[in-house]
Amino acid sequence: MNMKIFVIIPSFNEAERIGRVLEELSILPYQVVVVDDGSSDQTAEVLKNYSVDYLRHKINRGQGAALRTGTDYALEQGADIIVHFDADGQFLTTEIEKIIYPLKNQEIEIVFGSRFLGIKSEINFLKKFFILPFAHLVNFLFFGIRTTDPQNGFRAFKSSVAKKIQIEQDGGAHCSEILAKAFQNKLKWKEVPVTVLYNRFGQSVFASRGRGQSGLQILRDLLFSKIIK
Amino acid sequence: MWLQILITIFIVLILAKVFRQWRQERTTLFVFLSWSFLWLAILLVFWVPEITSYLANFLGVGRGADLIIYLSIVVIFYLIFKIFIRLNKTDRQITKLVREDAINNAEKR
Repeated sequence: MNMKIFVIIPSFNEAERIGRVLEELSILPYQVVVVDDGSSDQTAEVLKNYSVDYLRHKINRGQGAALRTGTDYALEQGADIIVHFDADGQFLTTEIEKIIYPLKNQEIEIVFGSRFLGIKSEINFLKKFFILPFAHLVNFLFFGIRTTDPQNGFRAFKSSVAKKIQIEQDGGAHCSEILAKAFQNKLKWKEVPVTVLYNRFGQSVFASRGRGQSGLQILRDLLFSKIIK
Repeated sequence: MWLQILITIFIVLILAKVFRQWRQERTTLFVFLSWSFLWLAILLVFWVPEITSYLANFLGVGRGADLIIYLSIVVIFYLIFKIFIRLNKTDRQITKLVREDAINNAEKR
């Protein structure tokens, strides 16, 4: 069976890095959707060289919002499998096949990438021993999430379950949100070891630097969403 | 005395504004009456400060001034919460608009 696989790449001011990712993706059999989240750099120019679907947020709405836009679009286009990816090259395009494998060949509905299943990612000390375990605890206590990786942006799911994990968190809290919804709806899930390259930018605990939110902002969004619901 | 006169002028101006808004049907009667009541109460407190003490004693709070501060804090927190919720909603609406626009204008390359 020939499945329509859509790879969603939210991008905010990644003109310098997104080219390499798209270059790698161009030889793979996926439909690539780039959601430009109101970038002020040359992203649109760079994309001209690649055959991708290009969606643009007129103003910056955050990574979660951009992923949802791409996902909604892919559903409209009749996607069978939707992959969430990253523009800055922190994930390996060669691992996409690995992450969609369980969806194609097993009774699995959603697959999460994990940094803690064998493959070595270079995670810094603070993140490894304090931040991620804390995120892990928050996820478990508040949302009943039991994955080994509390915050991983590399995931894939069948379009049939997309409605159940609709993203409402515009910012970085969408990671935990999707996990929480997958567990609430008792989706058949699986974790697959993936590599994460921390060669360039990352998130900081306190300050948000240009792209993305800080860890504390994510925590605030998550807890706030618990209160007002 | 001067403070009281100043505050009175200030409150009369506010009441006039609230009244105008109601006449021009920009607010409901309920909103108009609530604001009027609030500002008239403030006016009363400035001219007859003793009444806050009666009220405070009645409610079991030491002084009238303390009561006002307690009430103010409650009201302020409530308003902040309302604004918070409202902002959240506005944010979501903006995202929805931006998303619809992005999907409608998707370019295939």
